[in-house]
Amino acid sequence: MVVNGGPYILDQPERQMFRLHRAVLFDPEVARAERERVFARSWLYVGHDSEIAKPGDFRTRHVAGRPVIFVRGEDGKPRCLLNSCRHRGTIVCREREGNAKRFFCFYHGWTYGADGALVNVPGADAYGASFDKSEFGLQPVPRFEAYRDFWFANFDPNAAPLAENLAGAKEYIDLVVDTSPSGKLEIVAGVQEYDIAANWKLLVENSFDDYHLLTTHVTWLDYLKGAGVEMKRPAEAGVLLPARGIGRDLGNGHACVDNVNFRGRPVARWIPIYGEDAKPEMAAIRAELVSRLGEARAARIADTNRNLVVFPNLVINDGSSVTVRTFQPIGPERMKVTAWALGPKEESPSARARRLDSFLTFYGPGGFATPDDVEALESVQQGLAATEIEWSELSRGMNKTGETLNTDEHHLRAFWRRWNALMCAP
Amino acid sequence: MRAVSLRGEVEEFLYREADLLDGWRLDEWLALLTPDAIYEVPPNDRPDGHSDDTLFIIADDMDRIRARVKRLQSHEAHAESPRSRTRRMIHNVQAAENGDGSIKASANFVVYRFRRNAATREYVGRYEFRLKREGGGFRIASRRAVLDSEELGALGSVSFIL
Repeated sequence: MVVNGGPYILDQPERQMFRLHRAVLFDPEVARAERERVFARSWLYVGHDSEIAKPGDFRTRHVAGRPVIFVRGEDGKPRCLLNSCRHRGTIVCREREGNAKRFFCFYHGWTYGADGALVNVPGADAYGASFDKSEFGLQPVPRFEAYRDFWFANFDPNAAPLAENLAGAKEYIDLVVDTSPSGKLEIVAGVQEYDIAANWKLLVENSFDDYHLLTTHVTWLDYLKGAGVEMKRPAEAGVLLPARGIGRDLGNGHACVDNVNFRGRPVARWIPIYGEDAKPEMAAIRAELVSRLGEARAARIADTNRNLVVFPNLVINDGSSVTVRTFQPIGPERMKVTAWALGPKEESPSARARRLDSFLTFYGPGGFATPDDVEALESVQQGLAATEIEWSELSRGMNKTGETLNTDEHHLRAFWRRWNALMCAP
Repeated sequence: MRAVSLRGEVEEFLYREADLLDGWRLDEWLALLTPDAIYEVPPNDRPDGHSDDTLFIIADDMDRIRARVKRLQSHEAHAESPRSRTRRMIHNVQAAENGDGSIKASANFVVYRFRRNAATREYVGRYEFRLKREGGGFRIASRRAVLDSEELGALGSVSFIL
């Protein structure tokens, strides 16, 4: 598979060279091919178990452009049903969320159960031998599996199981889930939905590219410093940020940064922004971690922050707060981002409020950092119109053996190699 | 008669606030706030939510409002450097005494936002204010901008003061 007469990436470790052909970020043909080769073959995040807590609870959303209903049936089982009437195609459920015993298509009145079964067809006597109601339920996605309450769909019936595909990403999901004493997290009410006029893969890169922090987020770093957060850079050569961090390839295109924390964590590392009043409760949260998991695991959870990319389009950032975000391409030069906050189910009201407050210091369309990321991505997309420049440079850290830093691009290359492999597969 | 004149006073105050924000005169805008003021933009799907248990777009106390203004005055707040040009239309102003000396006011708004290389964006919604009387004028104790759109979508970020 080639673009403009060349390959998508130039990956030459022996020359310490990695370049990305810029057409992959704007070419409509590439975007069309991605729909089949990447999105129709990968495990795609649909939702969190907590969002449909009770039988009949549902959320409608889009997954790789397909309208779906994420719903818990009367049998208690979560499903992901294509939100398209089997009669003539209408979106059957037009509500954002709710609880339903039935999904009623208003166009001609076909009615489905919460499990998707077709239960009523007005004037059924007019259908002949070829029509069997049992074959016309709302169609489920071919595969639907969960790992620790994170539900994913796959449009490839032959895909490897989710748990196998997640590979090293599981360790990082576990670190998030283990913040909860019961092992149960919940999506907090309130969703942030915003578009970015940029190719979706630019947000993948940005979500765990720590090289950009120092310049793109200088005002956020100033804010932390002004609030009394310790910002001294470690002496180690090559470390650019106030704490050391590494980039890791987790297999199958999943990757992360794994950083010593300086920016504070609701579970459980206090910084002055949280206020003196928060100290006793945060100490108690920390003590609970230690008693349940031991000192080492507690420190692993509380004293590191991690940005995880689950290939291709799920990001779980366990940083100033926990954000789950997924993004859907809308053509080659636009994406829709959906972001949620995630927290332990049993969290106290005061700890929950602190988590949400901490979220807004950095993340989201009104935060002190995300808007500058959006600006960066849109600026890249605009710059790509200079098509004489064919290649982007992504070789940071290729001159190292072994561990690479969060400010290197090893983990970005892990994403691109997997993307390239899927795009070039026979 | 009383209600009409209160509304007139509030209208004049909101027009002045709009001028300061559209003119990026943010230090003067800060001076309109009480020391314990809050500024909120609730999420599109939970316009009536509370920021303690709901993920907002913006939920600032006064420390955060000051930090936001400081950030926006930096050339390194890239989303607003160069600054957006904004123009706000304030309509349907209503005002009533709360009985505790404060005033409850609301207004419909349309904020147009312009940036080079970007489509015009229209933020439509309703302001909800709690105002306090001070020195013959008003101070803003609480300011909530509730967007009508179902999602931010093409509006993108709320990187300026809405």
